[in-house]
Amino acid sequence: MKMPWRKARPSQPVPLITEGMQRMTFNRRALFITGAQTALGAVLVGRMAYISVVDNERYKLLSESNRVNLTLIPPRRGWIVDRYGKALADNRVALRVDIIPDRLRDRPRVIARLASLLSLDADALDRLNRDLDSGGGAQPIEVASDLSEEAFAAVSVNLPELPGIAPTRGFVRNYPAGPSVAHLIGYVGAASAEEYQASRDPLMLTPGFKVGKDGFEKDFDASLRGRPGARRAEVTARGQLVRELSTQPDVPGEALQLTIDADLQDYAARRLGLESGAMVVIDCRTGGILAQVSMPAFDPNSFTDGIGRLEWKMLNEDERIPLLNKAVRGLYPPGSTLKPMVAIALQAQGVDPEERVSCPGGYRLGNRLFRCLGVHGPVNMAEAIEKSCNTYFYAMGRRVGFDAIAPVAKALGLGQEFDIPGTNQRYGTIPDSAWKRRRFNQEWTQSDTLNATIGQGYVSVNPLQLAVMTARMASGRNLIPQLELGRATAEADPLPFPVEHLDAVRLGMDMVVNANGTAVRSRLDVPNVKLAGKTGTAQVRALDATRGRGGSWRSRDHGLFICYAPVENPTYAAAVIIEHGMGGSRAAAPVAKDVFTFLYDREQALASLAALEAGWGGTPTERLARRYAAVKAASDGVSSAPVPPADPTAEDQQ
Amino acid sequence: MSRALVPSLIANLLPWRLIAVLIALVGFGVIVLYSSAGGSMTPWAAMHGVRFSILLVMAIGISFLPETWLRPLLIPAYITVLIGLIGVELLGFVGGGSQRWLDLGVMRLQPSELMKPAVVLLLAHFYAMLPPGHLRSWQALWPALVVIGIPVSFVLLQPDLGTSVAIAVGGLTVMFLAGLPMRLFIGAGLAGLAALPVFYSMLHDYQRNRVLVFLNPELDPLGAGYHISQSKIAIGSGGIFGKGFLNGSQSHLDYLPEGHTDFIFSTMAEEWGLIGGIFVIGAFVMILRWGYRVAMRSPSRFGRLAAGGLTTTIFFYFAINLLMVMGMAPAKGIPLPFMSHGGSSMLTVMICIGFLIGIDRETKASGRSPY
Repeated sequence: MKMPWRKARPSQPVPLITEGMQRMTFNRRALFITGAQTALGAVLVGRMAYISVVDNERYKLLSESNRVNLTLIPPRRGWIVDRYGKALADNRVALRVDIIPDRLRDRPRVIARLASLLSLDADALDRLNRDLDSGGGAQPIEVASDLSEEAFAAVSVNLPELPGIAPTRGFVRNYPAGPSVAHLIGYVGAASAEEYQASRDPLMLTPGFKVGKDGFEKDFDASLRGRPGARRAEVTARGQLVRELSTQPDVPGEALQLTIDADLQDYAARRLGLESGAMVVIDCRTGGILAQVSMPAFDPNSFTDGIGRLEWKMLNEDERIPLLNKAVRGLYPPGSTLKPMVAIALQAQGVDPEERVSCPGGYRLGNRLFRCLGVHGPVNMAEAIEKSCNTYFYAMGRRVGFDAIAPVAKALGLGQEFDIPGTNQRYGTIPDSAWKRRRFNQEWTQSDTLNATIGQGYVSVNPLQLAVMTARMASGRNLIPQLELGRATAEADPLPFPVEHLDAVRLGMDMVVNANGTAVRSRLDVPNVKLAGKTGTAQVRALDATRGRGGSWRSRDHGLFICYAPVENPTYAAAVIIEHGMGGSRAAAPVAKDVFTFLYDREQALASLAALEAGWGGTPTERLARRYAAVKAASDGVSSAPVPPADPTAEDQQ
Repeated sequence: MSRALVPSLIANLLPWRLIAVLIALVGFGVIVLYSSAGGSMTPWAAMHGVRFSILLVMAIGISFLPETWLRPLLIPAYITVLIGLIGVELLGFVGGGSQRWLDLGVMRLQPSELMKPAVVLLLAHFYAMLPPGHLRSWQALWPALVVIGIPVSFVLLQPDLGTSVAIAVGGLTVMFLAGLPMRLFIGAGLAGLAALPVFYSMLHDYQRNRVLVFLNPELDPLGAGYHISQSKIAIGSGGIFGKGFLNGSQSHLDYLPEGHTDFIFSTMAEEWGLIGGIFVIGAFVMILRWGYRVAMRSPSRFGRLAAGGLTTTIFFYFAINLLMVMGMAPAKGIPLPFMSHGGSSMLTVMICIGFLIGIDRETKASGRSPY
């Protein structure tokens, strides 16, 4: 479109702008500006009113959460005590240094200063830096724990130049008896990521807070834990403390009292010495477990702060499996310790205890000879138990069949899992024909019966079951084993066996120790107290020329011993297993003897233990520490040890 | 007659009501700064009062410059400030991520601050000289664009987005009030809107961050959004009556950054609440209304345009600062006039006040007012 007037614009007279028009334009536009500004002013007042009146509560809260820093105080864990109130697990004061990432300033300098004050090694610095990189906020991160008073004081004095560093006086779990109670009590450790995810409890992230990881510590975690305290403090944005506002103390966890006798537990653990084995002692009157020991063990104190790679490697690679609770999770063929039980079953099937079986040194089944350990001549039931005559039990067992014996074994506790919190039992096998058909789809054979009758073949039990069996036979009552004190209320029911049947077996067990039996060397040297028992030697490999006594440690026979005392009025019953101990009378019975001696005559028992430990190189704690030092020295510079899992004993070890 | 004459002389000498409002506002600023320093006159409160006293004397001195003396000085003054601004680029040292100061040994001079009144006054001078007939011609446009464009470009280089916008706003206000065709402003506005994406791509990372965080403060509550969220917490937690003098935890415990400079309004609002906020906003409304009255009443075209532009410059500081502390504008580094601690911005604002008082005096002296 053509617009001719545009070309002539310089000379264009219209539109004419006068000074008056300019002034009017100015006033109009100035009014427009002031109007717009007034509107904006109104918006500002409105906005401010909205923030400070409508949203006031929200911002007040935010301001308070800025101003007030809430620190959780981990609760002191409830004690675990023995039947007399002696501590199996308590708490001791521990000095710790944490970092609060939010308040940390000039991180490289502060970390370097801390490293020199606390002499942190490269590993610790590495872990700390990783923690700091991954997590920020007000949640403290642990730098070092269990510090000496000197190191703690050094940090405290230098606090003004260490912003964000918080030295804290806290508590850590302490197990006075160390390895002796490791498998019984379990241990504690920092909560794992999964545990935190499950509960979302901020306490889980608080340094110094531990959760139970195994045994009683795990199963009773809820009642042992207690309630955390809280410290409210006014802090600046830079993390400087202005003043403490208030402190709510923690509520310690509830104490847990066990049926354990702490001294007996410790003695039994030490008496097992260098052997790999387990021992369970039961009170024949109540079923309360007085001692439940598995050795070798770890030191639960060293698990509290997270176990080191090397120490874990040492424990994990040990062929004696210190991470396995053999007392409830170790399964063994019971060997001849099964014979008293079989004797009860035989009588129930009408076998007269006075009936004699001639032992020519073995028993022929078809064209196969089942060996006996000796040539015993004609033996009755009590003598068969006393001498541990296989021939008698082969013959009698074959007569009644194992299907008649297995129910008695189960009634006495074998093959059973007991309702005992704090234990994670493996209950083994009491075989019968139905079981074999189910398991292997094969018919039960006569030789299966002969093997099972002497506690070999398919039979496997744990030491706790053996101790329960012994306690039931000794007391004649259907005792229910337990570890929590006061859990048993009524007296246990009598067993469904006639007293005469039990007496016949008890006579045999008395003769084992006190006549000419297999454990005469383990008679008690205590006036008026007699021990009754039964030895057992369980084959690991088929019998060969060495008779299970030569070769490597792993191919040797297990030694077992079950016993009770006093003979006349059974009070205590026990089962001992010494892995690859080459025989019950040789390895297991002497341990039982000393432990029972301890129950009646501590001085005598401690004297014999002192002599033994002198030869072994000290108490289990001392030996463990020395061994760790040796392993550490040997592997210094080599850091290829695998990372320990969060819960080392959770793995199935056997 | 003589009894009435003397008070009227005094009354006409200075705008006493304005000065009373200024003293009240600055006095309140001193109180807030006293609290901000944890209950101490040092380092900010006393200095603030002293600085204001000196600058008030300077402003009154400026007000006695007659328009006829002033206007010939404007071009050399503008050139001098421009050279100073360029000097910052060459000599200025780095501070706070941007070069803004010219170190004169005794004080740091921010030439960009002086540029705000300089641009306004020079443009007012230009449009006052321009014959009314030329207002719609190219000649009315390009000199103004040059006068605004050069300093704005240099300040953007520093880089200081807030100040460059402030200079442009002052200059554009004068152009708007001078009566340039409306379609120019509408067209420029639309073009500016279209150019926003291009402009955004030219911003420095930290400026871009501020824009992003402004649009969504939750993006980074501990980083770039920290200032604004802490400021809102301070204002919001103050409520209607505030937490009380010396009781502001946000400022006293250092959660509020820059509590004595850019975020002084938040420091104030935490302790004095909505009441204190209304007092401050009210005082500014009175100052700005006085400024626009001075503009409307001035008989000279220079006076009208200059007063309008200078008042708008003060308004710009005030509005952007309050929008910022309430989370409605990006954190820009623009202080609150008369209250924030800091010399350079107070110098600018008091120069504006001085010229405004001078224009007011000439109006009264001329004895005629259109209203």
